[in-house]
Amino acid sequence: MLDDDHPMTAETIPAAARPSGIKGPRRPLFRRRSAIPGFGLTLGVTLTVLSLIVLIPLSAVAIKASSLSPSQFLAAAFSERAVAAYRLTFGAAFVAAVINGVFGVLTTWALVRYEFPGKAVVNALVDLPFALPTAVAGISLATLYAPNGWVGQYLTPLGIKAAYNPVGVTIALIFIGLPFVVRTLEPVMRDLSADVEEAAASLGAGRFATIGRIILPALGPAWLTGFALAFARGVGEYGSVIFIAGNMPYKSEIAPLLIIIQLEQFEYANAAAIALVMLAVSFLMLLVINAIQAWSRRFV
Amino acid sequence: MAAPSRAHARHPTDDPLWAKVVVIGLVLAFLGLVLILPLAAVFAEALRKGLGPAIAAVSTPDAWAAIKLTLITAGIAVPFNAVFGLCAAWAIAKHDFPGKPLLITLIDLPFSVSPVVAGLIYVLVFGLQGWFGERLIDHDIKIIFAIPGIVLATIFVTFPFIARELIPLMQEQGVSEEEAAVSMGASGLYTFWRVTAPNVRWGLLYGVLLCNARAMGEFGAVSVVSGHIRGLTNTMPLHVEILYNEYDFVSAFAVAALLCLLAIVTLVLKSALEIAQPDVKRGGGH
Repeated sequence: MLDDDHPMTAETIPAAARPSGIKGPRRPLFRRRSAIPGFGLTLGVTLTVLSLIVLIPLSAVAIKASSLSPSQFLAAAFSERAVAAYRLTFGAAFVAAVINGVFGVLTTWALVRYEFPGKAVVNALVDLPFALPTAVAGISLATLYAPNGWVGQYLTPLGIKAAYNPVGVTIALIFIGLPFVVRTLEPVMRDLSADVEEAAASLGAGRFATIGRIILPALGPAWLTGFALAFARGVGEYGSVIFIAGNMPYKSEIAPLLIIIQLEQFEYANAAAIALVMLAVSFLMLLVINAIQAWSRRFV
Repeated sequence: MAAPSRAHARHPTDDPLWAKVVVIGLVLAFLGLVLILPLAAVFAEALRKGLGPAIAAVSTPDAWAAIKLTLITAGIAVPFNAVFGLCAAWAIAKHDFPGKPLLITLIDLPFSVSPVVAGLIYVLVFGLQGWFGERLIDHDIKIIFAIPGIVLATIFVTFPFIARELIPLMQEQGVSEEEAAVSMGASGLYTFWRVTAPNVRWGLLYGVLLCNARAMGEFGAVSVVSGHIRGLTNTMPLHVEILYNEYDFVSAFAVAALLCLLAIVTLVLKSALEIAQPDVKRGGGH
């Protein structure tokens, strides 16, 4: 697909499929000095504010956690209760991201490829989880899925309990994660070249073979990115989850809640130890997402 | 996509009608369950006993104090992040320097941090047992369990919103217009106001919109640093939580409905901006 006259640059990759990092064409590292003033001032403000608001306070977690001895740290960060909380948090975030991965592809496909009445409203609604305060989503979902709620009353006779247990946590994380998958896939799906599809069809491929062999593989990196973003957001989520979770130790207690419980008992170092584990996972996810992006830039 | 005139004239990249119906049906059912139902439930629960109790719930002194604190918090956090975003975008998009990708990743960092951890870090720095705890007590300055802590935590969680909207936008616009202005003798500030600002104002507005929605709705981070003092350090989302935990569901959902209206207004403005200025959407989906 590539020829030398039209090298693929970062420019041709849709914005949302790119990492937040490099955008636009890469320039040589040391170009001639820019004629535009204000570099020192704006970079200075940027670095100062970034350090004061983000970097230095974040380092407090590591510094506080390091006040514990290694055995104390392990006892705080990997106690039975904490491990149960991680298992629930990561497990529910994973299941929710998988479900969003499936319905996210369908939703994006419908929004990009089909016309139907109310499409503009549906398109705007997809961003609702970005705009709706998480606590509002939390109390609403808890009320809907409680045994006597609008949805819960139909699940109870079926023997399904969807609130105050891990299922409830997953439901809340599905709500929170959906737009990450859709908004990451959307620009990539929009930019899929119709030529390739037409070529596949003209070579005799059925519509489903074309979708399975041409379209879905091309969406792979963006899908993985959306999945990872939804998962990462789900792992840290608090507001929408605690109302529907039930918050039973060992059973339905998420890791962020455990941090708050430690704080309320003035166990600051223990709280920092759990937070450090969560931060480590966040950074790992960030690396994974950046790696997917670098990989997709090479193969798109 | 235009409907084919005859059933057999379907374009090779178009899906069969039954597939469209199935996909659209599945999508609407899923979104109805996941998005529309929770939104509808808020208003239904708020109006369960009629309009009167709902309006009464949002006009109590505590509710007013929460609304005021939410407006104050967003009123500080959003302009702060707007100024930061403009500075960061000017430095990153209009100049070349090594380490740019790292800097952008660091600016994005708060998106990857759990809101609870975002609150925790300020407790560790400014709390009683924190780095500056004793010195703050000596000077009678309260940050944690007070408004400054709430504002700081809100700035942290909304930190990347405007910067990540402006950086790609300014990068795609390049530097030629600014260079032309500067070469004709315009000052930096003049160039910014007359050349750059008109080019980025819609992107800035878009970022402000998303930043504001998150700032007014933030729960986890603010919950950690607030102390939940009624009438003093309760923002609207925290007020919702207290009412809900007291089983005062009508009041909780009435205040929640106000926040829903904020979300709906945000989405309407956002969609309008995307239609009128398609350029703004390139910032990515947060």
